[in-house]
Amino acid sequence: MADFPYHDWLPVVFVALMGISILVYVVLDGFDLGVGILTAAAPEADRDVMVGSIGPFWDANETWLVMAVGLLLVAFPEAHGRILTALYLPATLMLIGLILRGVAFEFRAKAPVSRKAIWDRAFFAGSLIAALTQGYMLGIYVLGLDQSFGSVLFGLLTGVCLAAGYAFIGAVWLLAKTEGSLQWDAASWARKLIWFAAIGMVAISIASPLASPEVFARWFSFPEIILLAPIPLVTLAVFVGLLLALREAPAAGERWIWLPFTLTSAIFVLGFVGLAYSFFPYVVPGELTIWDAAASRSSLMIILVGAGITLPMIAAYSIYAYVVFRGKATALSYE
Amino acid sequence: MDALLLARIQFAANISFHILFPTITIALGWFLLSLKLRINSSGDVAWMDSYRFLVKLFALSFGRGVVSGITMSFQFGTNWPGFMETVGNIAGPLLAYEVMTAFFLEAAFLGIMLFGADRVSNRVHTLATFLVAFGTTMSAFWILVLNSWMHTPQGFEMIDGVAHATDWWAIIFNPSMPYRLVHMLLASGLTVCFLVAGLSALRWWWGDRGPAVMKAMKSAVYMGAALIPLQILAGDLHGLNTLEHQPAKVAAMEGNWETRGNVPVVVFGLPSEESRDNGAFTIEIPNAASLILTKKTDGVVPGLNDFVAEDGTVEHPPVAPVFWGFRVMVGTGMAMLFVSWFVSYRLIRTGQPGTIGAGMLVVMTLSGWVATLAGWYVTEIGRQPWLVTGVLPTGAAAAEHPVPILGLSLAMYLTIYAVLLMAYLGALLHLTRKAAAGKSPSSPIDGAIAVPAE
Repeated sequence: MADFPYHDWLPVVFVALMGISILVYVVLDGFDLGVGILTAAAPEADRDVMVGSIGPFWDANETWLVMAVGLLLVAFPEAHGRILTALYLPATLMLIGLILRGVAFEFRAKAPVSRKAIWDRAFFAGSLIAALTQGYMLGIYVLGLDQSFGSVLFGLLTGVCLAAGYAFIGAVWLLAKTEGSLQWDAASWARKLIWFAAIGMVAISIASPLASPEVFARWFSFPEIILLAPIPLVTLAVFVGLLLALREAPAAGERWIWLPFTLTSAIFVLGFVGLAYSFFPYVVPGELTIWDAAASRSSLMIILVGAGITLPMIAAYSIYAYVVFRGKATALSYE
Repeated sequence: MDALLLARIQFAANISFHILFPTITIALGWFLLSLKLRINSSGDVAWMDSYRFLVKLFALSFGRGVVSGITMSFQFGTNWPGFMETVGNIAGPLLAYEVMTAFFLEAAFLGIMLFGADRVSNRVHTLATFLVAFGTTMSAFWILVLNSWMHTPQGFEMIDGVAHATDWWAIIFNPSMPYRLVHMLLASGLTVCFLVAGLSALRWWWGDRGPAVMKAMKSAVYMGAALIPLQILAGDLHGLNTLEHQPAKVAAMEGNWETRGNVPVVVFGLPSEESRDNGAFTIEIPNAASLILTKKTDGVVPGLNDFVAEDGTVEHPPVAPVFWGFRVMVGTGMAMLFVSWFVSYRLIRTGQPGTIGAGMLVVMTLSGWVATLAGWYVTEIGRQPWLVTGVLPTGAAAAEHPVPILGLSLAMYLTIYAVLLMAYLGALLHLTRKAAAGKSPSSPIDGAIAVPAE
C-alpha cells in the first residue's frame, strides 16, 4: 500500500469521519429500525412501549445517515454519484421505507385510533424495507457494485442478514430498556436472531475475499494473516460471550442488562473494521481511491475546521440526550 | 417524456414536499418558545392548551421534514451528479455546515423538547425549545445561502470546468442572500400565523370559544396582520434585487416581451412563447410595472427579447409558469393582507372573529403553503435554463438514468407523497376536532408545565 499518496492526508481524515458516521448510524439506527421490525412479533399492548423506547432518539439517529451520505457527497462527490447511481433503485426503496416509518411513527399516535393498526403495519413495513435495502446495498457494494444475477442473490442474502442483525440489536436494546413480559420476549427474540446475524457476517467474510483478489491478498498473505487474526478471533470471543450473556437474560437480573447491547455494538464495530480494512483506501471498491474522488483540498479544510468545532459538541449533546432518557422506557403516547 | 424533464419533475416533487414542513417548523419553533416563555412567566392555563396542541403539530411536521430531507441528500447524487462535480467545492461545505450546525442540534433537542419535560428542569426544557427553534433557523440560513449562491454566484473561480472558492465571505453574503432569507423567514412566519389562525377558527366554528382558542387566534391574526406589510416590502426589495441580477426572471414574471418604457402590470394574460405575447385578452394597469421596478412611470424595463440569441435560441426561463406562479403568490399575499386586517378589526372591535371572519380564516388555513410554493416555483423556474446562473446549465448536471427507472421511482414518490399529505391533513383535522371536543389530551409535557416554577 506504499504507492498511495498518504502525505495528502485530508481525504484520509474524511474517509475516517465518514466511516465513523456510518458506524454510529448502523448501531444507532440499527437498533431503532430493529425495534420497528420487532413490532410485528410483539402483542399490540407492548407496541407503545417499544415505540416509546426509541421515540426520543430516532430523529437524531437518522441524522447520522445524512451525515454519512453528506460526507460522501461533499468530500467524495464523484464516488457519491457513482455509488448512488449504481444503487439507484434500492436507495430509492430505502428512502421510501424510511419516509414510511418516520411518518408512521407520528401518525400512529396522532391519527384516529381506528387507523392505528394501519400505521403500525406501515411502521413495521418501512423499518423492514429500510433494513433489507441497506443490507442489499452493502452486499452489492462489497462485490464492487456488480449487478449480475449472482451478485443480486448475494445482495438479497446480505439484505436478510442485515435486517436480522438490526432486529437482533433492536432485541438487545429492548432487553435493556423494558421490563416484564416484553423483556422476556426480547430475550427470546435475541436468542433466535443472533444466528441469522452470525450467518450474515460469515457470508460477507467469505464472499468478499472470493469476489475480489485484492481483498483476498490483503487478508491471506504473510504476515498479514497473523497480524489480522485478532479481528476474527476477538469477534468469535465476543460472540460466545454474547451467547452466554443471553442464555440467562433477563432472569439473571438487571446488573448486566446492558452487556448484550454493548457486546453487540462491539461486534458491529469489529465487522466494520474488517470491511474497512478490506477496501481502504478505495471508496468505490477496486475502482476509485479516496484521493481520486476527493473534492478540492481547500474546501475539505473549511469543512474540517467546522467539524473540529461542532463534532465534539454534537457528541456531547447526543450523549446528554441519551442520559436524559436513561432507564426503562414508557409509552410516549401523546393522547 | 425525456429523462431530463422526468428528473426535474422528480426533484421538484421531492423539494416541494420537503419545503412544506420546514416552512411550518421554522416559525412554529419560535412560536412555541414564545408560548413557553409566557407560560413560565404567567402560568396561564390558556397558553398551556395552545402549547400542547401546537407541539403535536410541530412533531408531526418535523418528522416529515427530516425524512424528506434525507431524500434530498441522496437525490443530489442520484439525479444531479453534475451539480456536485461542478460546484461541489462550494455547495459541499455549505451543506456540511448545515448538517453540523443545525441538523444535529434540532434532532437531538427535539426529543427533549417533546418527551423530556418531566426528566429535565423547566429551564433546560425551555433551553431545548430554544435550541430546536434556533436549529431550524440555522438550517434555513445555510440552505438559503446555497440556494441564493446558485442564483447569484460570486466568490469563486473556474479551473478546468470546476468551481473553486476564492472568497467565502462573498459566497455566503452573495447579493440575493439577505433578501431571500428575509423573504423566506417572513413566509414561514405568515404560514404559521394563518395555520394557527385557521385551526383556531375551526375550533371556534365547532363551538370551542374558550380563552385558549381566542388567545391563540388573536396572537396569530395580529401577528399575521403585522407581518404581511413587511413581507410585501421584502418581496418588493427582493424583486428589485432580482431585476439587477436576473433580469430575465423579472421579464418572465411581468410577462414583458419587449424592452421598453411605460411597462404595464399585466393582471391577467395568457403568455405564449409561440406568439411571444400575452394573448388577445389582457387586463393591464398602465405604467405600473415601470413604476414598481424603476420608480418612474416611463422607466425602461428589460424584456424577454433581450434573452433570445441571434439564431433564435431561447435563453430565458419558460414564461407561463413563472408568470402564473408570481400571480398566485401575489394574489395570495393580497388575500392575506385583506383577511388579517379585516379579522383584526373585528377582533379589536367585538372580541370575536364573526362567522364571516372565521370562515375566511378557515379558507386561508393553508394559504402560506400556496404562496410559499408559488414563490419558490417563480424563483426556481425563473433561474432556468441554469442550475447555477451562468455557470452550470441544468441539462448538464442530470444523471443518465433510463426513462423507465426514473418513471418508476417518480411514480413511487408521487404516490407516497399524495398519501402522506392526505394523512397529514387528516391528522391536523383530527387533532383540531379532538381539541375542540374538549378532551384535553394527557400530554407528555404536562409534568413540567403544570409546575412552571420548578
